[in-house]
Amino acid sequence: MGEKNSFVKSVVKKKYEFGFTTDVHTEIIEKGLNEDVVRLISQKKGEPEWLLNFRLEAYRYWQTQQQPSWAHVTLPPIDYQAISYYADPTAKAKNSENKEIDPELMKTFDKLGIPLEERLALSGTAVDAVMDSVSVKTTFKEKLSEKGIIFCSISEAVREHPDLVRKYLGSVVPYRDNYFAALNSAVFSDGSFVYIPKNTRCPMELSTYFRINAMNTGQFERTLIVCDEGSYVSYLEGCTAPMRDENQLHAAIVEIVVMDNAEVKYSTVQNWYPGDSEGRGGVLNLVTKRGHLRGVNSKLSWTQVETGSAITWKYPSCVLSGDNSQAEFYSVAVTNNHQEADTGTKMIHIGKNTKSTIISKGISAGRSQNSYRGLVKVSKNADGARNYSSCDSLLLGSNCGAHTFPYMDIQNNTATVEHEATTSKINEDQLLYCNQRGISTEEAVGLIVNGYAKDVLNKLPMEFAVEAQKLLSVSLEGTVG
Amino acid sequence: MLAIKNLHARVGEKEILKGIDLTIADGEIHAIMGTNGAGKSTLSNVIVGNPAYEVTEGSITFNGQDLLAMSTEERAHAGIFMSFQAPIEIPGVSMTNFMRAAVNARRKALGKEPLKSTDFLKLMREKRKLVEIDQRLMNRSVNEGFSGGERKRNEIFQMAMLEPTFCILDETDSGLDVDALRIVAEGFNRLRTAETSALVITHYQRLLDYIKPDVVHVLIDGRIVMTDGPELALKIENEGFDWIKNMQ
Repeated sequence: MGEKNSFVKSVVKKKYEFGFTTDVHTEIIEKGLNEDVVRLISQKKGEPEWLLNFRLEAYRYWQTQQQPSWAHVTLPPIDYQAISYYADPTAKAKNSENKEIDPELMKTFDKLGIPLEERLALSGTAVDAVMDSVSVKTTFKEKLSEKGIIFCSISEAVREHPDLVRKYLGSVVPYRDNYFAALNSAVFSDGSFVYIPKNTRCPMELSTYFRINAMNTGQFERTLIVCDEGSYVSYLEGCTAPMRDENQLHAAIVEIVVMDNAEVKYSTVQNWYPGDSEGRGGVLNLVTKRGHLRGVNSKLSWTQVETGSAITWKYPSCVLSGDNSQAEFYSVAVTNNHQEADTGTKMIHIGKNTKSTIISKGISAGRSQNSYRGLVKVSKNADGARNYSSCDSLLLGSNCGAHTFPYMDIQNNTATVEHEATTSKINEDQLLYCNQRGISTEEAVGLIVNGYAKDVLNKLPMEFAVEAQKLLSVSLEGTVG
Repeated sequence: MLAIKNLHARVGEKEILKGIDLTIADGEIHAIMGTNGAGKSTLSNVIVGNPAYEVTEGSITFNGQDLLAMSTEERAHAGIFMSFQAPIEIPGVSMTNFMRAAVNARRKALGKEPLKSTDFLKLMREKRKLVEIDQRLMNRSVNEGFSGGERKRNEIFQMAMLEPTFCILDETDSGLDVDALRIVAEGFNRLRTAETSALVITHYQRLLDYIKPDVVHVLIDGRIVMTDGPELALKIENEGFDWIKNMQ
C-alpha cells in the first residue's frame, strides 16, 4: 500500500490515538465575541476592507438569529462568550527573526502521519495543514502553480488572489444561510483555497488536514474550491482533535463552484474526537458544505465517512443549475457510545436533465443516535430531473437509534424521484457463521459493517478506502457481544 | 475424539436435548437420523457453540478439551467445522476476503503468521479445484446469489480451506439434486484423512450411499434411542421411524 495512504492512516489508527496535545506557544486572543473581536481577526490577517465588511455584516446578522433546534441531536448550550475565536500556533515564528516553522508543529503533523517536508511527503497528495486558526504549511504549492493551479490557505489567497476570493466567497453559502454559517462568516480563520484553471486535470490529490489543538477555542474552517471549465480535481479532507473533557466547537463552511464540463470529487474522513464512553467532551461539528454546479455537464460528488465528533450537524449539498449536471452524495456515518449525528444532503435541481444520487449508510451502536436528513427539490423549470435515494440504517445493539427524515419538494411533473430506505439489525446468524469459521465477533462486525458500507467505500480514492475500512472496524470495537 | 456425556440443552424454556451420550473416535463417521424436531440441529448447534442454545447439564470434550468452556471461534480453531443447513448471505463481503479472515484467524490462534497474499490465493486455487467450485463465486459476496447446490459446495470448499479434524454435515443433502449431492459428498471424501471424524445429520439414506457411516444413531425426542451399523440407515429408509418409536 505504500506511503500514499498515510494521509488517511493518520485519521484512522487504533482507538483514538490523536488525543494528544501539542505544547507549542500559541497566541490566543481573549475569549468572547463582539465587533472588536471580528475586527481584530481581520486585522491579524491583514485583510482588505471589503472582507472586514463581509465579516461585520455576517456578525450583525448572526446577532439577530437564534441557534436552530430542529436537528435530532441534543446540542448542549454553547456559551459563545466563553470561546476564543483565534489561536495562532505559528505566532512565535512570525514575530521572530527566524521564520522557520516551530519544530513542535512539524512533529505534530509527523505524528499524525502528515509529514510537511516535501521530500518526505505523501506521494501524489498535496497537503494544506491547518492547526487551530492558522494554516501551518501547504506542500507542493510551487509544483501545482506550474499548471496554474492555486492551492493555498484561504488567508494567503485573500492576500495573493483577492479578486478570485472576492468573486466566489459567500457565493455558494451566503452568510444568511443559517446560524452557524453566519457565525463562520464573521469569524472564519483558515481553511484551503483551490482554483483549477480551465482545461486542467489536477495532477495530484489535494487535501487539507484540520487539527484542533488549543483549549477553549473554536475552529472556523473556511474552504473554497473553484473548478473552472473542463477541469478536474479530487480533494480529500481529514480531521482530528485532542481528547478534552469540554466540548470543542468546529463550525465550518465549504463552498465549491463547478463550471461547464468540470468535475470535483470531495472526500472526507471525519474523525474528530467523539467524546469519551460516558459522553463527556468531543467536538461539536456544525458544518455547512455546499457545491454549486454552475456549468453545463458539470459533476460533483461528496463522499463522506463520518466516525468522529460528539455531535455532527452536516448536510453536504448540491445546487444543480447547469443543464445535464450530475451530483452524488455517498455517506457512511457511524455513531457509537453517546455520539449523535444528524447528517444527509440537499439536492436542488434547477437545470434541465439534471441527475442526483444519494446513497446513505448509517451505523449506530452504543447509546448513539444516527439520523439521515435529506431534501430532494425539483424546481419548476428542471425538466427531466432524476433522483435516486437509498438510505439504509444498521443497528448494533438495542440502545441506539436510527432515524430517517427524507423531504421532497417536486414542482415539475417530468421528474423521476425514487427513494428506498431500510433499517436492519446486525444478524445473529451472520455472526454465528463467521464465529464458526474462527472469526472473532469483533472482526466479524468489522467485516459485516464494511460489507454493508461497501457501495460508499468504493467511491473513495483507493488508498483512502482501505484505511476508511479500518476506521469503521475500530470505531465499532466492543459494540457487540 | 469427541465425547458427549448426558447432554441436556434448551432453547428458551423448551428442553430439546434430554441426555445425549455419544462418543466419536478419530477417523469415525457417525450418522444421526431422526424425525423433524427430534433435536438433530440442536445437537450440532450446541457442539459448535451457537449462543442461542443453552446447555443445562452434561459435558462435551474434544481431544480432552472442555468444549463448553470455549467460545464458538475457539472451537473452530480447535478443528471443529460445521457445514450449515442453510448457509447465510453476507452482503458486500467477498468470499476471498471472508476466507482470508477465517484462515488467518485460525493461523493466529495457532501462533502462526498470516498467510502472504500470493500464498493465500494459491491455496484458494488449489482447494477450489479439489471441490470443483467456480472461480466466479469467489469474487461474489459470501453466498449471495448462490444456488442451493452452490451454497452446499461452498461449505465443502470452506472445509477444504480450514482443514478441520471434526466435521458436522448438517442436512447437507437437503435441497440438492442427485448430481450436486454426489459432487459435494465426493468433495468431502477427498478431504477426509485417516484422523477426520464426522457427524452426518440427515433424513435420508441417499447421502450415506456416498459418505459411508461407521455408526448410525437414531435420535427421537431428545434422546438417542438406537445405535447400530450402516444397515440401520437402510432399514429406516425402507420402513421409516415408526417401528423404532413403537419399541419405546
